[in-house]
Amino acid sequence: MKNKSRFLAAPYAVWMLIFTIVPLGIVAFYAFTDAGGSFTLENITSIGSYFPIFLRSIWYSIAAALICLLIGYPVAYYIAQCKPTTQRFLYMLIMLPMCMSFLLRTLAWVALLDDTGIINSLVTHFGLKPLPLTRNPFAVISGMVYNYLPYMIMPLYTVLMKLDRRLIEASQDLGCRPSQTFFRVILPLSVPGIVSGVTMVFVPAVSTFYISQKLGSTSTIMIGDIIESQYKTAYNPNLGAALSLVLMALIFICVGIMNRFTSSDEEEGMMTL
Amino acid sequence: MSKRLVSLLLAIAVAIACLPCLTAAVSAAEPVTITVYNWGEYMSDGSDDCIDLIAEFEAAYPGIKVNYVTFDSNESLYSLLVTGGTSIDVIIPSDYMIARLISEDMLLPLDFANIPNYAYVDETLKNPAYDPENLYSVPYAWGVVGIIYNSRYVTVSEEQKKDWSLLWDSDYVGKILMFDNPRDSFAIAELQRAFDYRDDPEKAAGYTVNSTDTAVLEDCAQLLQSQKGLVQNYVMDQIYDKMERCEAWIAPYYLGDWVQMAYVNEDLNFYVPSEAGHNLFDDAMCIPTSCSHKAEAEAFINFCTDPEISSANMEYVGYASPCVGLEEYLEDDLADVIDRADNLETSLTAGQQFLHLPSETNQQMDALWLTVKTAGDDSSFYLILTAVTAAALIVLTVVLKVRKHRRKAHRCAAWKHNA
Amino acid sequence: MKKFNKIFTILVFVFLYVPMIVLIVASFNAGKDLAVFNGFTLRNYREFFSDSRLLTLLGNSLVIAVLSSLCATMLGTVAAVGIHNMRGRLRSAIMSVTNIPLTNPEIVTGVSLALLFAFVGTLLRIKSILGFWTLLIAHITFNMPYVILSVMPKLKQMDPNIREAALDLGCTPAQAFFKVVLHEIMPGIISGAIMAFTMSLDDFIISYFVSGGSYTTLPVEIYSYTKKQIDPKVYALFTIMFAAILILMVTMNLLQMRDAKSRRTAVKRRAES
Repeated sequence: MKNKSRFLAAPYAVWMLIFTIVPLGIVAFYAFTDAGGSFTLENITSIGSYFPIFLRSIWYSIAAALICLLIGYPVAYYIAQCKPTTQRFLYMLIMLPMCMSFLLRTLAWVALLDDTGIINSLVTHFGLKPLPLTRNPFAVISGMVYNYLPYMIMPLYTVLMKLDRRLIEASQDLGCRPSQTFFRVILPLSVPGIVSGVTMVFVPAVSTFYISQKLGSTSTIMIGDIIESQYKTAYNPNLGAALSLVLMALIFICVGIMNRFTSSDEEEGMMTL
Repeated sequence: MSKRLVSLLLAIAVAIACLPCLTAAVSAAEPVTITVYNWGEYMSDGSDDCIDLIAEFEAAYPGIKVNYVTFDSNESLYSLLVTGGTSIDVIIPSDYMIARLISEDMLLPLDFANIPNYAYVDETLKNPAYDPENLYSVPYAWGVVGIIYNSRYVTVSEEQKKDWSLLWDSDYVGKILMFDNPRDSFAIAELQRAFDYRDDPEKAAGYTVNSTDTAVLEDCAQLLQSQKGLVQNYVMDQIYDKMERCEAWIAPYYLGDWVQMAYVNEDLNFYVPSEAGHNLFDDAMCIPTSCSHKAEAEAFINFCTDPEISSANMEYVGYASPCVGLEEYLEDDLADVIDRADNLETSLTAGQQFLHLPSETNQQMDALWLTVKTAGDDSSFYLILTAVTAAALIVLTVVLKVRKHRRKAHRCAAWKHNA
Repeated sequence: MKKFNKIFTILVFVFLYVPMIVLIVASFNAGKDLAVFNGFTLRNYREFFSDSRLLTLLGNSLVIAVLSSLCATMLGTVAAVGIHNMRGRLRSAIMSVTNIPLTNPEIVTGVSLALLFAFVGTLLRIKSILGFWTLLIAHITFNMPYVILSVMPKLKQMDPNIREAALDLGCTPAQAFFKVVLHEIMPGIISGAIMAFTMSLDDFIISYFVSGGSYTTLPVEIYSYTKKQIDPKVYALFTIMFAAILILMVTMNLLQMRDAKSRRTAVKRRAES
């Protein structure tokens, strides 16, 4: 019986083969051919000129992930220490924004930050000069933080909630200062949550095009913008495919590096309800 | 989690899954849906007491329903058509894009027997350069490109109204918008360069909106790049929001869109450069090869070309109807706002029209436009940041390893010593 | 320290909720501008309910979300059981394939599926292949990994003896699965299904690439709205969805709380007797 039930995974395996592996093969095919369909390396070699944009996208996302971590950790920690009823309620409040249209929420963020936006109308109301809040790297990063913060808090909370209180008490009994308890006990134990959260913020952030379109300026263009434009406006799917392939490789490298920090099992689901 | 919760969720799920059956039952009566792709804000939709063109059409032809979708530039329409996968019945691209689509066999010839209203189209618009035998297109609207500016924040001298230089005015850094498509952007750069080189007629002659010369295009890309630092964003229809709210003050755009904006924000004025030249464009209705209901699509085109419907539609859209003479357009339709525009009357009678460019030129323009958009001055900063971080990470790993090693050695020594 | 954490958490919730409040206020605004309040009105709601296109799109989104999360939950649960019984190289191969849609940037997934569908479309000469079915397939594809990742840990936690006991007591393997195993892993299935539903409902990037003019979802249409002027009736829709999700979540919370309470009293009673 044990041997037979293995085959239950067969439909899934076939599905994933057709709709995940084959499409990636097609992307690779496009990346190495020209518009006529003959083999070329031109698309891949031309990527060198987009290198600065790759770097920019990665740095924006790293910054967003780190800020999310710094903001999200205390929040997750606080929620994990509340009474169970309060925990449920607060967790729901974290989940709620994830269900709402991120396009519209970003638009509201734009309305807050614009030169003629809500914050600046208040500022000018008090007779001050409008602040340069929008159309700079900080605006783009703030948009990412705003959108992806729940994805950081969720896995952190899951890990911190499961933390064994006795370990903390033991460390205190053994004479640890609170900071030592935190850095030597709590933090190392929450590494899986940190890695999972950082991945969940970093991956969507690095490939976004909507946030940079709405909050960025002409000089904060990101790699997602370029890939999108190669399919949707300047029709050049071959270049788009090459860029996608490189982006994918970079992300797998980044995620791989991060996963080295944790020895957790590959299938440790970080999402609970 | 409880069974009750599961059943609650399942009940909701089933209820929602039944929705399509319901809508399917309702929609079983209707036979044909045609898909119309049009520019944003380019068809009267019933707001502000204008006619609701699609509702009128569906009332006149009860057998046809319209699925109306918008695009924001000729280039995105082209990408959509080439990508395929979607059946589109009517499209409304501009002149040069129609020529390109014809040359790439992506349009179907129209059956003019189904479009009797074509007879009402102004003779001057028939047999245009982009469709010389007039087999594929029926004019929808036409107009000019000019500069919109907010008179509350921007003062434009008479000298500046001669050319496009306001778009390069560093006094308004961060408040200038620019076209987010290569053809319109390069046209402005080409016209401006031609004006800059006016003392050298031979050189200036090379700079037209239809230049195929690589050197000319590269020079224009340079000019556009020099503008990049001043530009707030490269946008298309987002200009409405940004200009009406005064988030941006200066933008080149199409005449009809200014008319629509001018009704909302009274500070918005318009001028067409008087000496540097400008672009005169036609938009026309066509049927792409992916069409599935050609006769119904032709019925829609015919309906839009009806003189009464067309002028009612253009009243909202702000352009000249192809069935109406120029005089009538200026006196009737633009009467409210025409005083706020400069050089409009003269510009509508003469201008440079976009022609179909060879595909190499198109590709080159696309590539140059991408370089303009992606060029940045922060690349060295990120490069250094990356290098420093990588170095720091390597050093950190090595230090940690060494320390660990040393500690281990230390511990071993201590253990041996004790032993 | 705890007080600081509390204030910080409140600030973060303000940060998460202020943009949504801006949108909710905008839905009652007589003017079009998000940043300027021109007086209270219910016109936007009236217009939203008379806009058949928006209502159809909302219906489309819900249908795709429900169908894709149901299919993904069924396929994914079955696959998880299969994978659970796998060992060795095959298992790690399938788990890495499962991780692809999760770590791959959405834009690459979308692009690769769009290329696949366009290819199949030209092969089979289907003019409008992009629509309901492509959307459904794409959504099932990116939903399944979430289900698997939330079911797998539950399978691992499950005591294998329970199933053995059921078999010993005369259950057929199928009965043992439906009567015992399914019950044990139900929380994982439910949280996976909810995760899948949320992901599907708010997915924009993948849908943007795989939907055509004939059948799109709400987020894709909202994106095309944000490219021009956004009509305030969309804010009315946002507010209605916000209220609906809030009510749903609160109900679920209350039900869960009541369950927990009744279970506790049952345990107490048993202990007393």
